[in-house]
Amino acid sequence: MRGLVALGLLFFPLAVMAQDWEDQRLFENGSPAQHLRIISSTDTSLFAGVIESFVARNPDVGVEYLVTGTADIDRRFRESPQDFDLVISSAMDLQLKIANDGLALVLDDVIHPAWAQWRQSLFAFTAEPAAIVVNRAAFQGMPIPETRQELIEAMRAKPDVFLGRVGTYDVRQSGLGYLFATQDARASETFWRLMEVMGALDVRLYCCSGDMIDDLADGTIAVAYNVLASYATARVDSKDAFEIILPSDFPTTMMRTAMVSVDAPHPEAATAFIRHLIALQSSEESDAFPLPLLNTTQNDAERTTIVLEPALMTFLDALKRRRFLAEWESAVIQK
Amino acid sequence: MTRSLPVSGSLRNRLVLTLIGGAAVLALLLFFAVRNYATQVAQQGQDNILSASVASILDAATIREGKVEIDIPYASFSMLGTSSDDRVFYAIYQDEALLSGYSDLALVPVSSDRLGAFQTISFRREKVRLITASRTLIGRDGRTQIRVSVAQTQDELSGTLDQISRNAAIFGTGFFALAALLSFWATSTTIGQLNRLTTSVTRRGPQDLRPFEKPVPAEMAPLVTSLNSLMGRLNHSLSQSEDFIAEAAHRVRTPLATVRSYAEATLQRVEKEENRQAMRSMVRAIDESSRAAGQLLDHAMITFRADHLERQDIDLVELVQDLVMGLSPIAEMKDLELQLDSIGPATYSGDPILIQNAVRNLIDNALKYAPSESTVTIRVQGVPRAEIKVSDSGPGFPEDELGTLAARFTRGKNAEGTIGSGLGLTIAKDVAMAHGGELVLSNNVEGGACAVLSL
Repeated sequence: MRGLVALGLLFFPLAVMAQDWEDQRLFENGSPAQHLRIISSTDTSLFAGVIESFVARNPDVGVEYLVTGTADIDRRFRESPQDFDLVISSAMDLQLKIANDGLALVLDDVIHPAWAQWRQSLFAFTAEPAAIVVNRAAFQGMPIPETRQELIEAMRAKPDVFLGRVGTYDVRQSGLGYLFATQDARASETFWRLMEVMGALDVRLYCCSGDMIDDLADGTIAVAYNVLASYATARVDSKDAFEIILPSDFPTTMMRTAMVSVDAPHPEAATAFIRHLIALQSSEESDAFPLPLLNTTQNDAERTTIVLEPALMTFLDALKRRRFLAEWESAVIQK
Repeated sequence: MTRSLPVSGSLRNRLVLTLIGGAAVLALLLFFAVRNYATQVAQQGQDNILSASVASILDAATIREGKVEIDIPYASFSMLGTSSDDRVFYAIYQDEALLSGYSDLALVPVSSDRLGAFQTISFRREKVRLITASRTLIGRDGRTQIRVSVAQTQDELSGTLDQISRNAAIFGTGFFALAALLSFWATSTTIGQLNRLTTSVTRRGPQDLRPFEKPVPAEMAPLVTSLNSLMGRLNHSLSQSEDFIAEAAHRVRTPLATVRSYAEATLQRVEKEENRQAMRSMVRAIDESSRAAGQLLDHAMITFRADHLERQDIDLVELVQDLVMGLSPIAEMKDLELQLDSIGPATYSGDPILIQNAVRNLIDNALKYAPSESTVTIRVQGVPRAEIKVSDSGPGFPEDELGTLAARFTRGKNAEGTIGSGLGLTIAKDVAMAHGGELVLSNNVEGGACAVLSL
């Protein structure tokens, strides 16, 4: 059966793939000899600049950029690691498990701080906090909440305003949503109370940050919880309707990570891309990089990013995940 | 004279090799012992963390509504974080069925409620340390066994071990270098004692047969004792033979004098020319024998006195003057003039009898070889070095024999027909050496022999 599918993929790769991807774009500078296949969860619009500067410097390499959800990346990449050169995802736990399972190439000569890489195979290049993004219009006459607790109180105070107008990730579908939820749950019990309140308000569940922000922009929802601040910031430039809140009680900050597939068709070019990414990330002019940079000046105690360590695999354990999802469902989906 | 001995090996090399070899073996033992111990300690550290991790997972296992639930604590894997980012694998089994984790991780059978043994296995092409432990849960439907395996790669461990090995190697090398230096030092001090003895034996004069009295290490005492006893016997037999020669010479000289006086008397009475000739030859032969016996006696006396040198202050000019006066009649008989030149006073501390004897022999020689109506010059000087120089205008020493003439009973090629024993120069040389000086023989540029006795 699998053989048949593989055969099908071989004959109609573009036709099959084209339908499956959220987005797909080819970057070329002239007519390059080889094409890097990058599977990523980052929207093309945010990442295009990085790839363009790469192909500008490496005219012999083209880039095929394929976008899909974090959970889908994990599934597809594990199925055929030889089809992709690079994996870029915001789901740190899934990425770490891929590296732990030996599917990431060890790049010994890439220099990156110990806390921002794992096993010289998984390299972090952004630090992006999870934010509460609210539609200002909905909070007229009310103070904008600064913490999760204040958000809970605001929603409890005016259930009529917020009923059916709050959104968050569907952690069953989104790898990043699951990572944020599990890290929140580790940090504080407040998370569960917030989920219960949102569940009571008939929360809308989303697969991705983009959709959530779209709905927030057109007023379908008033509050989006655990959305990526970077995506919201990208819209804030055009619209003043949002207020982006980085909760002051405890921050949850994710690092976007990249790795080279152990079976990458073009390992040298892929390594060059990782170097390019790290060089851009650490260059002085932050304009060159569209995403929030790693803060390399902080010391270990100050750093609030989720730690790249084997413990990230804890919540990926089948038993643990089943238990967590059961709890989450009982809090959020109240029937 | 010094023939090289056959040599079998070298004590120094043997000592150095043994000591350095020992040090090398010790250094290697040290290296392996330290590394082995460090390996155990480091492995113990990893094992402890692994067993804590597995225990915390087992501890989180519960049965809820007939189903096994394991709420793995975040710390279970967090504690396995290392600076080398070691990979972590785990598997959870209920009875024989996989509940979660890596299905390809070997299921190691363990007896219930006991931490399983540690194993180092190869998993996914890497060496991992594996621990398996089990726990029995009792639910409504009976007992069920939960088995948890946790494995971790050993990158951090091997990094630590590499570092420890490096340090142990540096330590071992340092130890070896120090031991090597010490062994060189110890060897050279030990051999140094032998060298010191060798030097003191070599430095001794040919006549010095006194026993060694300086303290030597206990191990060398038997050698030095044997050496001393050998020298004692040698000294004894030497002095015996000297005594024998002196005694013999003395015994011969007295009858010879008697024979000579009879021969002289007979010569007066014999009238036949051929008989007179025979008698004269006889007297001549007796003179020669008598002189040889005298010189043998002198030589024995000198050997004795040189061994027990008694120095006293003497005026060399006065000493030579007395000699010249004593020898003047003989010189006159041969129509020779003895001329004494002295440059200031020449005071010297030595044995006057020996010096007198030596100078007399030198003047004797000069008188014997100098042609008639010539002058024998004797020069005495005190500074910078006490020196007595006797030169004549005779045929001189044969050039090619200058070095050997002073040996016992050696006579020059041109000495045939002259009365002599071959001991004169030997005596002079022995005297000079007994005083720490030397006898230098040479020929004057304008002809004639020149003997310098420097003291």
